[in-house]
Amino acid sequence: MTIQLSSPAETLAFQRKVFIFMAVVLAAAPLVVYPVFMMKVMCFALFACAFNLLIGYVGLLSFGHAMFFGMASYVSAHAAKVWGLTPELAILAGTLVATALGFVVGSLAIRRLGIYFAMITLALAQMIYFFCLQAPFTGGEDGIQAVPRGHLFGVIDLSKTFSMYMLVLTIFLAGFLFIYRVVHSPFGQVLKAIRENESRAVSLGYDVDRYKLVAFVLSAGLAGLAGSTKALVFQLASLTDVHWSMSGEVVLMTLLGGLGTIFGPVIGAAVIITMQNYLAQLGAWVTVVQGVIFVICVLAFRRGIVGEIGHALKKPL
Amino acid sequence: MDIFGIPSQALFGQLLIGLINGSFYALMSLGLAVIFGLLNIINFTHGAQYMMGAFVAYLLLNRAGIGYWPSLLIAPLIVGATGVVIERLMLSKLYKLDHLYGLLLTFGLALIIQGLFRNEFGSSGLPYVIPEELRGAQNLGFMFLPNYRAWVIVVSLVVCLGTWYVIEKTKLGAYLRAATENPSLVQSFGVNVPRMITLTYGFGVALAAFAGVMAAPIYQVSPQMGADLIIVVFAVVVIGGMGSILGAIVTGFGLGIIEGLTKVFYPEASSTVIFIIMAIVLLIRPAGLFGTQK
Repeated sequence: MTIQLSSPAETLAFQRKVFIFMAVVLAAAPLVVYPVFMMKVMCFALFACAFNLLIGYVGLLSFGHAMFFGMASYVSAHAAKVWGLTPELAILAGTLVATALGFVVGSLAIRRLGIYFAMITLALAQMIYFFCLQAPFTGGEDGIQAVPRGHLFGVIDLSKTFSMYMLVLTIFLAGFLFIYRVVHSPFGQVLKAIRENESRAVSLGYDVDRYKLVAFVLSAGLAGLAGSTKALVFQLASLTDVHWSMSGEVVLMTLLGGLGTIFGPVIGAAVIITMQNYLAQLGAWVTVVQGVIFVICVLAFRRGIVGEIGHALKKPL
Repeated sequence: MDIFGIPSQALFGQLLIGLINGSFYALMSLGLAVIFGLLNIINFTHGAQYMMGAFVAYLLLNRAGIGYWPSLLIAPLIVGATGVVIERLMLSKLYKLDHLYGLLLTFGLALIIQGLFRNEFGSSGLPYVIPEELRGAQNLGFMFLPNYRAWVIVVSLVVCLGTWYVIEKTKLGAYLRAATENPSLVQSFGVNVPRMITLTYGFGVALAAFAGVMAAPIYQVSPQMGADLIIVVFAVVVIGGMGSILGAIVTGFGLGIIEGLTKVFYPEASSTVIFIIMAIVLLIRPAGLFGTQK
């Protein structure tokens, strides 16, 4: 996971080029690919980027990120359908709830490290899952269906695929840039210091727990942003979004793309979603293939796709 | 007869179910704790291996005509052997890395195993008949106690305490505990530590499979039976702390009983009560009830 250093200015310029390339590809993609598929990829890419902020830059493995994604998706769907809020407010509501949940869960989970942190987040996510199963507003096994996409700011009709696509693209790029900015800020540097050597960071006078908590809340909020947007794209919020297998999927996307790389989660999400799309008819084989990818990544491919490319180019991506 | 306004039949019935669940929590978290002690790996495959134990027993009965009693021994041996293979081929490559990779690898393995079984046997539960010797029930006056359930509780207790005795009181256990503290020193005394690690993993896995065989007649045998259980067991492990074997056993049974009682007094919370207790324990004693913070 160590990032080899080329000159910072050079790296920055290179990453900027890659980012512009990515933005252009995403903007042009609907010309060749089914737009709803691309929107799904972008929602999950943002979700994976948010997750990567924790595992890649603070070294905290959360095995319960589906709770933020799924909870936000429920709230946003409920806000749009039952309260009749405009899409931007529905998304905001989902994101805020996920952020608040992130604060509560984060305060508990950062009390333990490493493996315990993973188990605690997983257990709390399971609790949220049972809550969503029983709470009346989530619709239980049915979920919230036929969520209206509505009019953005009361003006732009989002039932048109093009305007929805542009909204998702904007949200994704904004979220991505925000994470990039956080990672490269002084705050992000402290996070990396904590990842590399926590006791050293403590001895330098940093309030490590507070940094971890802020990172956790940011990650939860961004995962919520992805979940809220997803609910509007598919007009559906369901138990799948909040189940532990969703938490596992986001781990897999990030691992496959490259832990601690900027672009890795995006590539990982694209690969996994594509795979699910093609293997959908094969039922449980999807799970088997995902498991095999997990095993291969851990045993032989720990840098992930983008990590390997960056290593070959000697430039962190 | 009513206790706190609850019919005693219902109260003792749920207490019994709580004790049964607690038996499985204890057996499972014991296996996790033994593996974690020596390998520093949280075995996410534990739930899948529990499921494998139940399936091996099911297949032995329905395809080979081998009954419950031999299965109690054969199934853990078979599943334990697969555990040994997994440790040798995969886990042993990860000991020098961050412990999180062990978690990720075993999670992947759990997905593979559960997916394969779902392809082969479908998602619906398969029944496993209670062995003839353990059918029927005892009338205790205040409730009926099915023989098989009493058997599960007693055997779990015996196996748990037996494991505790071996680890805490015998020479073999002393080697194990020493290797947990300082593997290289123990190795320099001529103990084959890598083999000990392999066998420990195999034993932990066999415990899970044993729990699976015990569970087969109570719950339906299905590919998902271990997936949700393992998450609850993780919470049990966080509550108990993994430092002590006895702690894992006490926490397992205790939480099973609390869960059973919640079903009587406030059923809505019965699926979440263990997680809520975990949150409270984290607030008051982050290291767990029996753990020590490293």
